[in-house]
Amino acid sequence: MDSPQIVISASPHVHSDRTSKRIMYDVVIALIPAFLVSLYVFGYNALIATSVAIFSCLLFEYLIQKYLMKTEVTITDGSALLTGILLAFNIPAGLPIWMIIVGSLVAIGIAKLSFGGLGFNVFNPALVGRVFLLVCFPVQMTLWPTAVENNTSLADAVSGATTLGIIKDGLQFGETMTEISAKIPSSVNMLLGITGGSIGEMSALALILGGLYLIIRKVISWHIPVMILVTIGLMTGIFWFIDPEHYANPIIHLLSGGAILGAFYMATDLVTSPMTKKGMVIFAIGIGAITVVIRLFGAYPEGISFAILIMNAFVPLINNYFKPRRFGSKIKAKIT
Amino acid sequence: MNESILNSVLLLVSLGAVTALVLYVVSKKFYVYEDPLIAEVEGLLPAANCAGCGSPGCKSFAEKLVTTDDISNLFCPVGGNEVMKMVAEVLGKEVAEKDPTVAVVRCQGSCEVRPKTTEYQGPKSCAISSMIYSGETDCQYGCLGDGDCVTACKFDAMFMDETTGLPVVITDKCTSCGMCVEACPRDIIEMRPKNKRDLKVFVGCLNEEKGGIAKKACAVACIGCSKCEEVCPKDAITMVNNLAYIDPEYCTLCRKCVPVCPTHSIIETNFPPPKVKKVEADKVGEVTSVNLVKDA
Amino acid sequence: MLKTFPKGGIHPPENKLTSSKKIKRLPVPKVVYVPIAQHIGIPAEIIVDRKDKVEIGQVIAKSGGFVSSNIHSPVAGTVTKLDMVIDSSGYKKQCIVIRTDVKNESNFQDIEYPLKKEISLEPIEILKRISDFGIVGLGGATFPSHVKLNVKEGIKIDCLIINGVECEPYLTADHRLMLEKAEEIIVGIKILMSALHVNKAVIGIENNKRDAVELFKHLTANEKEIQVAALQVKYPQGGEKQLIRAILKREVPKNGLPLDVGVIVHNVGTIFAIYQAIQHNQPLIERVVTVTGKKLGDPSNFWVKIGTPINDLIEEVGGMPEGTRKIVNGGPMMGKAIKNTDVPVTKGTSGILIINEDEASRGEAKNCIRCGECVDVCPMGLEPHLLMNLTEKGMYEKAGQEDIMTCIECGSCSYVCPSHRPLLDYIRFGKNITKKLASSKN
Repeated sequence: MDSPQIVISASPHVHSDRTSKRIMYDVVIALIPAFLVSLYVFGYNALIATSVAIFSCLLFEYLIQKYLMKTEVTITDGSALLTGILLAFNIPAGLPIWMIIVGSLVAIGIAKLSFGGLGFNVFNPALVGRVFLLVCFPVQMTLWPTAVENNTSLADAVSGATTLGIIKDGLQFGETMTEISAKIPSSVNMLLGITGGSIGEMSALALILGGLYLIIRKVISWHIPVMILVTIGLMTGIFWFIDPEHYANPIIHLLSGGAILGAFYMATDLVTSPMTKKGMVIFAIGIGAITVVIRLFGAYPEGISFAILIMNAFVPLINNYFKPRRFGSKIKAKIT
Repeated sequence: MNESILNSVLLLVSLGAVTALVLYVVSKKFYVYEDPLIAEVEGLLPAANCAGCGSPGCKSFAEKLVTTDDISNLFCPVGGNEVMKMVAEVLGKEVAEKDPTVAVVRCQGSCEVRPKTTEYQGPKSCAISSMIYSGETDCQYGCLGDGDCVTACKFDAMFMDETTGLPVVITDKCTSCGMCVEACPRDIIEMRPKNKRDLKVFVGCLNEEKGGIAKKACAVACIGCSKCEEVCPKDAITMVNNLAYIDPEYCTLCRKCVPVCPTHSIIETNFPPPKVKKVEADKVGEVTSVNLVKDA
Repeated sequence: MLKTFPKGGIHPPENKLTSSKKIKRLPVPKVVYVPIAQHIGIPAEIIVDRKDKVEIGQVIAKSGGFVSSNIHSPVAGTVTKLDMVIDSSGYKKQCIVIRTDVKNESNFQDIEYPLKKEISLEPIEILKRISDFGIVGLGGATFPSHVKLNVKEGIKIDCLIINGVECEPYLTADHRLMLEKAEEIIVGIKILMSALHVNKAVIGIENNKRDAVELFKHLTANEKEIQVAALQVKYPQGGEKQLIRAILKREVPKNGLPLDVGVIVHNVGTIFAIYQAIQHNQPLIERVVTVTGKKLGDPSNFWVKIGTPINDLIEEVGGMPEGTRKIVNGGPMMGKAIKNTDVPVTKGTSGILIINEDEASRGEAKNCIRCGECVDVCPMGLEPHLLMNLTEKGMYEKAGQEDIMTCIECGSCSYVCPSHRPLLDYIRFGKNITKKLASSKN
């Protein structure tokens, strides 16, 4: 037979145009506004850190798959690229390059490929990389650079520490929120990105913009980000309501410290989040609650990375207990 | 300082003591008596846990051997007569004696002689593709080539020949556990007696179609011409539904049927070469002989 | 808000290329291949022999049991042989081959009967005739209709649902039938209502067939007992359980039947076949088939005799287009890919879809990224990714506990999977094994 043979396969014979690759690249597109903001705030440092993270993630994925695991190389599926970007977004702009490379190795090698590659990892790779760096190099990882010099107008606002860091330090020294609030950026500045922090967590507005794009493109559902933010807002709100002098108001909590980055981009990672909507809600409430507990009572000023990783561990359990309701399961079949 | 060392030592010692006590009590209280014979028999079995005997593993087969009175219908195909003899000695029961068998693939429809007419897309599993349709070729009896038998084999005794697209049994490694027979949705693999020097004569086709249709789908198909049946001196060959079958019980390996088959669908293995017929054989014959070499 | 079922479902591109094409009559084929297993259940038993002369509509294979159906000769002619022919299952099956007698005029008579409204048969006779005249569900499942209508005493049926959803992309056979035979279908509904003693019937039509919705609303304006429900466009709304949920908000219990919630569902095609059988004494020997495909010269709807080789249909629409890689018997979501065009049209053939090379191949299966999309779209509330995993690992018992048997094989999970995983392939396999295990236990 010269002409191509008739193909036989089981139904269905059509497929939607949604592919894993498209999902990954949609997330990358959604992160562009936030990246532009950080480029504006941190200048070339942000570009260098991001490129290094992306490049080393892709390289490690290639090397490990090719020479260590001897499996098919899947660097074009966009997942390693995404891990690189997200890792970069979670570290301060001035971090030494070798540390970024170490972080990438941990993210790709330990958190992703040692579990079996895309789809099998229990923990969000970028976050594992970030937390590894935070635990190993706490000084460098909390050294927030000031804005680049040509943006002098911002120099005052970016004070070398994150908003949450200032609050935590202030409270430990017995200052009240009224005194502290003079030192931290205003809510409007936090929304726009004129604040201190990791590369990606600068502008809440840019992050929300990208998040909305993801929701519209149906890459993520609204459940996880909304429920995380609602939980954080509610819990910090209650504490603030009880004692506004010792607890920051919920708006500060929501707009600072990567709450939005975490809620929209890290917690919604498809692989490490639950499958059902019910499960997603539980997962999100868990993340919100743990974040608040760490922020208010823990040693670290910021806790959403830890919260997400902790809840990642519960995902298999959540999947097991929060199953979709089976059609027709509420009534028993009449035996005729 | 001294006190804290003392404290921790005491704590650990008491912890150890309590745990030891618990372990002791539990092991006494929940002790299950097991016939020591079972362990002994299990030791004799090959420990392959292949389930070829019908039990899920060697341990449960050992239990079955010990607890059943009449074990003449139980047989470990992997260990064969030797193992069963030893089992019989230990247990003092009668065991069956079986001739060693080996798996044979009763299909020679390589890509060359059995052209593919369609392309299958889907999970690479014979069980699944056979559910959807009759296979990539026009023969609905032959090998599907997705290698369920190779996956099922726990002894690495089978592999897929990439040039022919058919599975090959490595006779020396085959333990005749029968897992491949079960895995094949087309019943292509059969357990046949190993005989002396692994000599075998069998029909390498299962096509029940009428001659013309069978031949069109596959050049080495059995076309049901009955020539082999006529020539067989021992009446070992029967024709059912246009298909010849050689009963190993009656076959004396005389090989009279092999040359008369017009489509070379009767396979002989491990007989001393060469034969005049073979030299003249066309392409089809060559493919067959390649198979034979690999089979040996 | 239009009615629909709440959980799951997808909306694939509709591609209804033939929705404005009138149903044409296909020329009578020279030879017909009538398989004896055209319905779910026991195959029929052949009662003719080689060289027998048969009349049009004559029974040529008798129902082989209760869940079985008679098969009638679609043409007048001579039985040339009883042969094995590949049908849409992909395997060779027993077929009765009949050569059409070109001199026999009954083959070429116009079968357009005038509308006949009065119902003269008693309920018992109606049911008997449905059984005798080989009526099976024409929606695709080909379940013998008399079995569905055989309501045991003590079970109360309060609603008859007519399935005019046709949620499969490409297919328009039911749509055209509804437009062209609306009045006959309404008579058919009345026949069934009187046979079942039911005084409520609802016709469910998806809203992408506005013209059919309007037409039926207009025709039933004076009929209090027959309602028309316009439904939101969503696949798989044509599934019995989804349709009942959408129209009546009743949920058929797990492993239960529509009878359990007092409903019987029939396809519009079946209703028309029943009308033909009761009012005009015509057994089921022809049906509407949509022949479609993006590259076809003139995709159309046809009245086709059962047993016509698909090749005849393709010739009629301008021949097989260049670069055809897949021929599907049925719609793109649930149809079966067939091996060649010698496969005959059977009672269950609602369409022939020709797919060319850019769309025929499946994407390469990649790792599951656990996006949960399959869980979201499953209309039965199952977890397809889990069922596939369990089946792949051979854990059939656990798969059974996860309700693998309630899968309706709609294919929504495979359709949406961004990693192109063959979810339904494995689930179907798992169902098969589970069924076998269950029957071997009993």
